[in-house]
Amino acid sequence: MGKTFSEKILGQKVGKDVVPGEIIEVEPDVAMSHDNTAAISKTFYKIGVDQVYKPGMHVVILDHCTPAANEKFAENHKDIREFVRKQGIRNFYDIHVGICHQVMHEKGHVWPGALIVGSDSHSTSYGAFGAFSAGIGRSEMAAIMARGKIWLRVPETIKIVVDGEFPEAVSAKDLMLKIAREIGADGALYKAIEFCGPTIDRMSVASRFVFTNMAVEIGAKAGYMIPNQATLGYLKDRVSQPFEVIESDPNAEYEAEYHFDVSTLEPMIAKPHTVDNVVPVSEVKGTRIDQIFFGSCTNARVEDFEIVAEILRGKRVHPDVRMLVFPASQEVYLEVLKKGWIQELVEAGCVIMNPGCGPCMGNHEGVPANGEVVLATSNRNFKGRLGNKESFVYLVSPRTAAMSALTGKIEDCWY
Amino acid sequence: MLIKGKVWKYGNDVNTDVIFPGKYTYTITETAEMAKVALEDLDPEFAKNVHKGDVIVGGTNFGCGSSREQAASCLVYSGVGAVIAKTFARLYFRNCINFGLPALTSPKAVDALKHGESIEIDTDKGEIRCKAGVFKFPPLPKEVVGIFDAGGLIPYTKKQLGL
Repeated sequence: MGKTFSEKILGQKVGKDVVPGEIIEVEPDVAMSHDNTAAISKTFYKIGVDQVYKPGMHVVILDHCTPAANEKFAENHKDIREFVRKQGIRNFYDIHVGICHQVMHEKGHVWPGALIVGSDSHSTSYGAFGAFSAGIGRSEMAAIMARGKIWLRVPETIKIVVDGEFPEAVSAKDLMLKIAREIGADGALYKAIEFCGPTIDRMSVASRFVFTNMAVEIGAKAGYMIPNQATLGYLKDRVSQPFEVIESDPNAEYEAEYHFDVSTLEPMIAKPHTVDNVVPVSEVKGTRIDQIFFGSCTNARVEDFEIVAEILRGKRVHPDVRMLVFPASQEVYLEVLKKGWIQELVEAGCVIMNPGCGPCMGNHEGVPANGEVVLATSNRNFKGRLGNKESFVYLVSPRTAAMSALTGKIEDCWY
Repeated sequence: MLIKGKVWKYGNDVNTDVIFPGKYTYTITETAEMAKVALEDLDPEFAKNVHKGDVIVGGTNFGCGSSREQAASCLVYSGVGAVIAKTFARLYFRNCINFGLPALTSPKAVDALKHGESIEIDTDKGEIRCKAGVFKFPPLPKEVVGIFDAGGLIPYTKKQLGL
């Protein structure tokens, strides 16, 4: 019987054959943490160790509340800056660089075949580049700082095969929401997901990222794709170490297999308050909206800006709507700035914010009022997610967000 | 270990945002304060009325969402003795082990248990005892039982390092 990518990558790490269900102790190649590094550092020192086991393994990126919203966040950031300086953690990115899951690959900390952990649930994202990557807790990151190791259960793997050409106006986000609807929020609990098929192979780096980023929303431990040519080209000048693409064997065993054909897919939307509460946008068309959150690690890259700028160019955001725009990173920001899209969005009435997580977990920068409806291009719409449990969050593609911005109501861009 | 208390029963997909809201993840750090906001967006009565040894019962995918371990630790600080669910989200299950909070999987017990009833859990025997009878739950994998027995990941790591 052949092996899946997870069995191969994890097996390489322990130097033996591993099977699903087996629990192993491994040393990750890369360990990412963000604003929670302050809390992690305190736990680390509680263990009784002075020196981080391998400073070069760690990447620390400030993004969750940047710039600091109040003195608590400011102290938190200050503690982190002191910690990385003291511990010689050179892979540190301060508040201007961007969202951790974007910065990780932009700065070359992600490569095919790598084993990556992050103290953030969306650390499943890096599988889009052929890595095995999973989220972990804060204490687990502190333990890695102390002894370099973590236990992982070798997961079973689910295969999701995607075929067909996207209709115009339908994109990766619509498909991912459809997958969440079909498989459910717990459909891939503890499992690895391998996304494959001709449609996935043809997609851009940014679009592919949407799937591994949101794999955790259907319960997955890791998401994975065989890096396509676009991905390898993207990584070429960013990654300095040699790597080997690790693919599942053709006769590998999958626990389940799902097939999706996108050729008849409509724009989809996740209604409050769960990510799998998904319907075609047409079903909620006309719902009045108060705010748009165009940002997050899911959908705030250059191709997303291209779509939004195209729709808003020369037009005005509806006067009853506040449209908040957060580029995923400094790199994305500079590129869309050079293309002139930022100016067009400002002229349309958008509020341009700094790269970062923004209101995604309700810290700052766009908390909705009671009863308000928010259209978000992000990945989670749980009750209270944006900081107010009396608000209503719908998850959509950047296109649906931009179309709706013009009329102040949820618009179906299906035509 | 024997855990005795009352049942707080909730539904499927109880997520980390309703257990410990994201807006507090960097601002509320004292254990007593964390206990006060536990389950704030799901059940405002919980934190005011929970007693030591009480047990939270959820459906499928309990603890889905964020990796924030405060969603496990705030329950420990509020006195919760265990969580029973049909299934647990992966990160939540890990965080429970790492904080020494028993996260027990027993779909049958979940179906049988009623909100507010008395419950007794014997972790050594792997038994949940309640009005409807006795339900068994599977033990932790042997590779991670050491973490739980040490009282969580940090005491376990100390032990591993001989500290």
